[in-house]
This record gives sequence, C-alpha cells and structure tokens, in this order.
Amino acid sequence: MPDRKLEPAARPIEEILGNLLRAGVLISAAVVLVGAIIYLFRHGSEPPLYHVFRGEPTDLRSVPGIVRAALALRGRGLIQLGLLLLILTPVARVAFSVFAFARQRDRTYIVVTLIVLGLLLYSLAGVWG
Amino acid sequence: MSVLEFTALICLGALLAGFLGALTGLGGGVVIVPLLALAFGVDIRYAVGASLISVIATSSGAAAAYVKEGYSNIRIGMFLEIATSLGALTGAFLAALVSTSIIGAVFGVVLLFSAYMSTREGHDDPCKDAPPRGLAACLKMDSTYPTAEGPQRYCVLRLPLGFGLMGIAGILSGLLGIGSGALKVIAMDQVMRIPFKVSTTTSNFMIGVTAAASAGVYLNRGYIDPGLAMPVVLGVLLGSLLGSRFLMAAQTRLLRLVFAAVIVVLGIEMIYNSLTGRL
Repeated sequence: MPDRKLEPAARPIEEILGNLLRAGVLISAAVVLVGAIIYLFRHGSEPPLYHVFRGEPTDLRSVPGIVRAALALRGRGLIQLGLLLLILTPVARVAFSVFAFARQRDRTYIVVTLIVLGLLLYSLAGVWG
Repeated sequence: MSVLEFTALICLGALLAGFLGALTGLGGGVVIVPLLALAFGVDIRYAVGASLISVIATSSGAAAAYVKEGYSNIRIGMFLEIATSLGALTGAFLAALVSTSIIGAVFGVVLLFSAYMSTREGHDDPCKDAPPRGLAACLKMDSTYPTAEGPQRYCVLRLPLGFGLMGIAGILSGLLGIGSGALKVIAMDQVMRIPFKVSTTTSNFMIGVTAAASAGVYLNRGYIDPGLAMPVVLGVLLGSLLGSRFLMAAQTRLLRLVFAAVIVVLGIEMIYNSLTGRL
C-alpha cells in the first residue's frame, strides 16, 4: 500500500509540521537570547557555582513561577521560559499530528499519537503547577 | 573566573561540539556532558539537564528540514516514540536513584560504543519487497522514499525487537541526556531493515520527543539551570547550523575518525573519573 504522506494532497501537513518545529526553535532561542543579555548584564561579574549540586529554586521549576520571573524581566526567568518553550515544541508537534491523522481518518495512528501525547503530558505533570 | 567568562567558554565549547556533531552526523549531545563534567567540573546532573535541552533544539531544527524532503517516515517514528518516551521517563526517574559515578561510568561505556559504531561503514541493505504481514502491516509502516531512480518501496521487518531496542535508547537518553541517535539508527537500519537515509532522518525526528519526555522531569526536579543551559543551547544550535551548511564541502571521512578518537578519549576519562570517585 502506498504511503499517503508522499501523495501531493498530504504534503501540506509535512510543510506545516516543519514550519511548526522551526518556529518553536526560533522563538525559544530568541527568548533565551534576550534573557541571556539581561542575566549577563546583571550577574556577569559574579563567580559561577556549578561544582556543587543545589538544585534550582522552586520558582524556576514550574510554569507559574517561570512565567512570573519572566514577566518581572528577570534574566534567569526569561531564559527558563525559552527553555520551557523548547521542551514544548516537540509536544506541540505531537499534538498537531493527532489532528493530521484525524484528517486522514487513520484511527490506529490517532490512538498511537494520543498515547505518545499522554506520556509527554505525564512527564510534564509536575511542571504545570 | 566570572559568570561572563564561564558562559563565553561554554558557549564556544558547545559551538564546536554542535559544529562537529552536525558535520560528522554523530550529534553534538554526546560530547556536551563530558565537556561540562570533565573540563568545567559541573555536577553531572546539571550537565545532563543542559545537554537534554540542546538535544531537543538540534533535533527539532534538523527535523524541520528532513520532514519536508519526504525521507522521514512519520508513522514508524510515531509508533516507536511510544517505546522511546516510556524509556525516557524510566531513565529520568532512574537518574534520581543512582549515584553520579554510576551515571558517569554508563556514559563512558556508551561513548566507547558510539565511537566504535561511527567508524563502521553504513551498509545499506533495505528490505525492498516482502509480503505485508504481521504488526508492521497492520500499522501501515511500509512506504516509499525518494531515490535517484524515483520513489523506492521498502518494508519493515522485526518490529517487536526494534521496539524493544527503542525502549533501551529511551532509557539511555533520559539517564544521560543524549539523543541516543546511534542506537536508534541501528534499531531501524540493522534490525528493522529500513533504508539508511530513512532511518537517520526518522531517528532525528524522534529524538526531540524522546528528550522532551525526560526534560519535563528534569525541569521539575530542578536539574535544569538557566545560566548553564543558555550557553549550551545557543552554542550547539549555532554550531549545528554552521555544520550543516559546511556539510557538502567538507571531507567528512577523516573528520569522523578524529571525532571518534575524541569520543574514545572522553569515554575513557569518564569511566576513569567515575571509578576513582571524581564525578
């Protein structure tokens, strides 16, 4: 059976998928870069402390805390927001694929994709809040 | 050393890793953790967290290009992502349970394995024609890919074994913060007999989802430090962009050997430092 993904009618889906991934990476990198400038401007001359593991403060571990820190224009908060957007890029790709398979009426792969999406959302469960 | 100097040095190292990783096709993620842990003395948990993030960035960036070319098989990728995400979650939970020296030692072994695999000639022996049967047929995985002589059919063999290997690739990804691209490609081109080009691009497509599944756990646990991940992500991203631009012009054979030699040295260092309790 020929694969639908090579038929011209299905091509736009891959076009959108590619653009989605590219946009996710570009937006995240831009947010990280803005955060980096603020962070280095304010803390550039301090000594780095990564030899000892302390773990991040709780406000940089979850979405509400990260958003609050980013809105306050804290450099580390903005960087963390960019990193969070980067983590969410593949999640958005999988979520979009559910719709793509739904349009092809491909029940098997709607289920397969929903399982993957469920696993990703489970891994992020602690981060929401 | 100040934060500014530290950031600049790490960014430079990550840039080089991303550049060589893209040029040799080995991925830059595999040298990021040893670089941070051995050269900068960063705690391995922070290093793994930063590396995971950079793996998502490069995989998503590259996949955007490959998907459009029509090589990656989205069905195969999506089905195997069940195995890699489950593995990645398991790996991320394991990372909190085992000591950093065990993580370091496993990392060293994986480095030696990747170096060995990278010197292997990629022989391409896809299964072109087999009657559709079994699970792979139910899952409509057989497909075609573009070649010089027009679209070429291929079929998928030994899906359960490939699925199991993908689970292991996921565990290693979540535990070590790497993309596990080498193992994913072996599972597809050697075990499932998918054409090499389809295997590598589909593997790249899967790496982002695999890494995202453990990155969420790392973020929530406080293992992802913005000050450290920032230069790593930006450096690797820029480096791999440059690397893919130079890909056509470069003599990659010698470069692969040099990069493989670097990986061997890093692997031995990681194992030595873990056994002597320095990681």
